[in-house]
Amino acid sequence: MRIVKIIAIILLVAFVGIQFIPTTRNQSDTVPETDFMLVNNVPENIQNKLQVSCYDCHSNNTQYPWYNKIQPVAWFLEDHIKEGKAELNFSKWDSLSNRRKVSKLRSIVKQIEAGEMPLDSYTLIHKEAAFSEEEAKEVINFMTQLKDNL
Amino acid sequence: MKNLKMSIAAVLLLAVSFTNAQEKKKMNHDHGDMKMDHSKMSTMKSDAKTEAILSDYFNLKNALVADDTKKAAQAGSKLVASIKAFDMSSYTKEQQEELADIFEDATEHAEHISESAIDHQREHFKTLSKDITDMVAITGSETTLYEQFCPMYDKGSAWLSTSKEIRNPYYGSRMLKCGKVQKTIQNR
Repeated sequence: MRIVKIIAIILLVAFVGIQFIPTTRNQSDTVPETDFMLVNNVPENIQNKLQVSCYDCHSNNTQYPWYNKIQPVAWFLEDHIKEGKAELNFSKWDSLSNRRKVSKLRSIVKQIEAGEMPLDSYTLIHKEAAFSEEEAKEVINFMTQLKDNL
Repeated sequence: MKNLKMSIAAVLLLAVSFTNAQEKKKMNHDHGDMKMDHSKMSTMKSDAKTEAILSDYFNLKNALVADDTKKAAQAGSKLVASIKAFDMSSYTKEQQEELADIFEDATEHAEHISESAIDHQREHFKTLSKDITDMVAITGSETTLYEQFCPMYDKGSAWLSTSKEIRNPYYGSRMLKCGKVQKTIQNR
């Protein structure tokens, strides 16, 4: 019993302790000129969908949920965002060459088609981020058109 | 990453200009003959780098033809390294910019190939093939290459091969002979 108590106390102290370790927040007040939405003529419904389903991990501005303030969730999220932005950052879209844009658009379409994006772990909590069949079709058509016009 | 690339480029450039300077010193003694040798040597050097990239690309292609994910992944990693080792200094500024763009894209696809399942590898191989074809348009190749085309995979997809015979990397054993030669790329 004593041992269990000691372990519980250690865990509690550790849990409280890690709350003081700062994380970098992926937030910005300005939308850069290179943003996907600014340089492309994106219909409003698709803008909304991208904002809700993609921009949290694929742009310079994350809409943080409340539980992000609690460690170790914050680290987990920070890691995801870093990785997501390395693959694709909508905020810096226009800094890509045409070759890179075509590449990215092709990957976007493939990922949505295969149902690999948005991630299951994300849509589990953000129900509204999941794509309905209709929404997926709209976004895929839009991205394909954009690619073919480059 | 960019900083690292820049410093690697700077070091390479320095090394090249240093060897150039030494060659020139030698030339002063040996007169004209050296000049010929030197120019031959420098083109041969960049050829070797191009051929290294092509060789990794063809290993990758052959692995996909054989439905071998593991070998394809290995070839992908090797390709990343070969691209990094490519020396662009003998090309014009414009060509260098285009090559840098091609290599940035190709590296990303090769990296994905090194860590994905076979369907994914084939998706990335499609764009990678375009990159490598564009590279050859600038660098040339030592051997004659064949651009081949399969109309069925992803609304039509091309790849490069060293032989005329069709061995389809997008379908492997499922449809080994689907496709045709679309273009012959003569060697330099």
